[in-house]
Amino acid sequence: MADELVLLDFWHSPFAMRVRIALAEKGIEYESREEDLSNKSSLLLKMNPVYKQIPVLIHRGRPVCESLIIVEYIDEVWPHKSPLRLLPSSPYDKANAMFWADYVDKKIYPSGKLVWGATGEVQEAAKKEMIENLKELEGELGDKPYFGGESFGFTDVALIPFYTWFYALETCGDFSIIEECPKLVAWTKRCMQRESVSKSLPDQYKVYCFLMELKNKFEAK
Amino acid sequence: MEDEVVLLDFWPSSFAMRVKIALGEKGIKYECKQEDLFNKSPLLLQMNPIHQKIPVLIHNGNPISESLIILQYIDKVWNHKSPLLPSDPYRRSQSVFWADYIDKKMYGIVRRIWMGKEDQEEAKEELMQCLKTLEGELGDKLYFGGESIGLVDVALVPFTTWFYTCERCGDFSIEAGCPKLVAWAKRCKENYQSVSDALPHPHQIYDYVLQLKKKLELA
Repeated sequence: MADELVLLDFWHSPFAMRVRIALAEKGIEYESREEDLSNKSSLLLKMNPVYKQIPVLIHRGRPVCESLIIVEYIDEVWPHKSPLRLLPSSPYDKANAMFWADYVDKKIYPSGKLVWGATGEVQEAAKKEMIENLKELEGELGDKPYFGGESFGFTDVALIPFYTWFYALETCGDFSIIEECPKLVAWTKRCMQRESVSKSLPDQYKVYCFLMELKNKFEAK
Repeated sequence: MEDEVVLLDFWPSSFAMRVKIALGEKGIKYECKQEDLFNKSPLLLQMNPIHQKIPVLIHNGNPISESLIILQYIDKVWNHKSPLLPSDPYRRSQSVFWADYIDKKMYGIVRRIWMGKEDQEEAKEELMQCLKTLEGELGDKLYFGGESIGLVDVALVPFTTWFYTCERCGDFSIEAGCPKLVAWAKRCKENYQSVSDALPHPHQIYDYVLQLKKKLELA
């Protein structure tokens, strides 16, 4: 029985990708509605009046907003759909998983945006910051197969969508991620072997083209 | 075996106040260590190497950083009394949403008001908009948590000690624009000792900010 689940989506959004991955991991059926972000639907404006952004998960008519909050909600409501819980049950391990997911939001997203979106000194500074950030993440990963340990977990879901930015970051920033962070790249390949991930992520080159269009639009203003 | 709980603190920090309220609500004994943010201790750098910020909760030697993550940790570990979050997943998600909203907005806006630069007027408008949105969420409830304080109350109430500073620096009245919210803050302080204990007097915050502004202008 369909649980009346609708995802207000945008194919290229790394935040929406997180939700698609979580739903796929749990094998949950849902209706995906692609939003036109230059012409937001009245449903989006009604369901997320505070930020007017995607992703929004609408479950039995009630909205949940903010990607990490949505992923946690999915993990709590559907624990039975999979032997895997995305979040650990131990309070300390859970806090650690949330810390690193929050790190992705606070560090990777803002510095990444400036690497593909800015130029000159701002871009150079962002590139240095980004490489440092990726190395910090690599440090946290260590020798584990996933950030979640033996199993794919919350931090993995939070970070892997930014893999779709790699081509754009390397091209715009003129650096090689595999040279700087080989272990992290190995982790991305491991994640991409999961159907939940490979089916939820757009192609890197298409994302690059999309981001360059965005950059041009912004510069034109 | 007794738990060993240490809080790396900075008394004017709204984020640290959140943790003190939660620890107070749960009746947890802890050691409070004041940090000098211009001269961070080796313990802070060791316990939070990534962000090097307070608050950090150290529980039996294990560090937890980021105040909202700390609050949820405290709520999970010491779940015997004063729950901060509801057990229903949907209601939990809504509480976390509003706590996150407060995180995204309040600190930056308050800072821009007391810094007193060209963006101060814009920041004042944003503050009133933000507080009105929160007033809407509070509605007719006594607290954001309903009949008792919850995560959102704990996340927001510390910023109210900074209202006097905002009003003096920005020359405006917050109570005039948001009477319901100011009444809610009074209610929290009057009915919850954990809140009144954790929040410094608003004049102390103002004195601190005046000193800080002098220091920053000299730097």
